Amino acid sequence: MKSPLIWGVNARPTVWLRWVLLALPFVLLIAVYLYASDIRLTDNPADKLLPSFSQMADAVKTMAFTEDKRTGSYLLWSDTYASLKRILIGTLLAALVGLWLGLNNGLFPGMDATGNPFITFISMIPPLAILPILFISFGVDELAKVMLIFLGVFPLISRDMRLAVKQIPHEQITKAATLGISQLQLAYRIILPQIMPRLIETVRLSLGSAWLFLIAAEAIAADQGLGYRIFLVRRYLAMDIILPYVLWITFLGFMMDWFLRWALSYFYPWYNKGGKND
Amino acid sequence: MTDDKQRYLEIHDVYKAYGSKVILDNIDLKVDKGEFCSLVGPSGCGKSTLLRLILGEESPTSGKLILDGETIGHPDVNRGVIFQRYSLFPHLSVMENVTLGLRLGGRTDAKSLSDKDIRDEAMVLLKKVRLDKHENKYPHQLSGGMQQRVAIAQALIMKPKILMMDEPFGALDPDTREDMQLSLLELWEEEQMTIFFITHDMEEAAFLGTRLLALSQYYTDDRGRNYENRGSKIAVDRKLPQVASPTNVKHSPEFRDLIEEIREQAFNPEYLQHAKEFNLSHPNAFVSLTQEEAGIKR
Ligand SMILES: Nc1ncnc2c1ncn2[C@@H]1O[C@H](COP(=O)(O)OP(=O)(O)OP(=O)(O)O)[C@@H](O)[C@H]1O
Ligand SMILES: [Mg+2]
Repeated sequence: MKSPLIWGVNARPTVWLRWVLLALPFVLLIAVYLYASDIRLTDNPADKLLPSFSQMADAVKTMAFTEDKRTGSYLLWSDTYASLKRILIGTLLAALVGLWLGLNNGLFPGMDATGNPFITFISMIPPLAILPILFISFGVDELAKVMLIFLGVFPLISRDMRLAVKQIPHEQITKAATLGISQLQLAYRIILPQIMPRLIETVRLSLGSAWLFLIAAEAIAADQGLGYRIFLVRRYLAMDIILPYVLWITFLGFMMDWFLRWALSYFYPWYNKGGKND
Repeated sequence: MTDDKQRYLEIHDVYKAYGSKVILDNIDLKVDKGEFCSLVGPSGCGKSTLLRLILGEESPTSGKLILDGETIGHPDVNRGVIFQRYSLFPHLSVMENVTLGLRLGGRTDAKSLSDKDIRDEAMVLLKKVRLDKHENKYPHQLSGGMQQRVAIAQALIMKPKILMMDEPFGALDPDTREDMQLSLLELWEEEQMTIFFITHDMEEAAFLGTRLLALSQYYTDDRGRNYENRGSKIAVDRKLPQVASPTNVKHSPEFRDLIEEIREQAFNPEYLQHAKEFNLSHPNAFVSLTQEEAGIKR
């Protein structure tokens, strides 16, 4: 029986073909860009909209490997450090708080009765709409930005954790009681370890919104950060800086995602294997 | 046949309704220590509901359930349970699953046990269910039958007063199933347990039990033919002879007749026996029909 290489549900692309298919959209994108950039630059060598690769490389050299005269720092790295600090603290806080709330709401009906409606309500508030409130109440320093990320991300994590707890078969809760396990032990030794992998998955999915909130906050009020820089140089139409910055952010996001995926399979090998009898 | 002597497990006039629909209708049952009760009945008749009541997962709409002299409350260490699935904790290894009850101090005498004592005790049980070579595996790495054997060890280590099993072998293939039946009987004899075993396999019920109970909604009584809201009652309660192997059950004419008879009495929707005529020949069987059910005019 011969399976088709590409088309249809029975397709079985070979290993090298997989690599080709993977590279295809990237190669296309780069080719189209180079072509368009080349046309514009021959037309007008001072054009800033689609810089050539060598212009971008020069820009990266200035940003990453040349000391900034005004601040004495290497801008790309200080921006990265500032942004990563904000996004990591914000997301970590959201993960911890979301985990704790979701665990308790999912397991204890009494807590759920107040917790769930309230968190559902909070999750409906568009975080960006309250950004001015955050700046007013927490100042324009780090706290407001971290708070925006936190508030933007934790309701979803909390609600998802609650659902994860609810998905644990009720048999397990009865079973735990027949083994003489107390309710606190049930929460922290039986339920918690089982929803940890789901937390990792949820955080993975939430990172996209976390970046959105980070860049939005930095665009409005900051003195360093990746988002701040992009919106700052936008005034000079410095696409040669903006494009590498965007690629860098994408790369950072990709690495975080990759790390979480690795952690999931390394620490929770039993996850998604069910614990079911089949 | 009413017996006033105290029994190990006692169920008196128990009703269970969901909304206005009556599921269990005036159930009476007394079970001796060490008895192996098999419970059969048509799908949806309320077997699992009765188990949940004894387990304390739910409370009866009315009536009393007593275990060893105490009214039954929320699930606790006195009652072990094995479900058809989800009995194991997927994030714990076999050894951790089995020792969990002792490590978290669920059994009263476990507080004084050292880690080594606990492991040793678990190992004895794991040997009995022939899983001592798999102590470090996770549930998803085991076959269905192995998982159920771990679940049995996990429940037995607590030395429960009664072990409840709800179709524990329902998801297993016939060979594994027979194997499990034999292991269970061995353990039951060794540990002198009281077991309440639900199955929809009549042969399994007849082979394993010392006592066969059938729950059925197909009967009539003096509440009148038009009375709609009848729940299930225990329609058969008989002592079972002991046999050596499950194959004996399938081939002995005596068992075939017994199974045929119970099929007719409990599983046939056309065959409506009167509640006064139920085959409740087990020495511990007792019923207290209400005056309406028994047609006694006041
Ligand atoms: N929580 C519930 N709410 C409403 N109805 C319920 C609930 N649990 C069970 N029932 C109903 O009670 C009846 C008995 O259910 P139960 O699970 O006890 O049957 P069963 O005899 O164990 O069936 P099976 O052989 O299929 O396992 C069914 O009609 C079911 O729909
Ligand atoms: Mg059932």
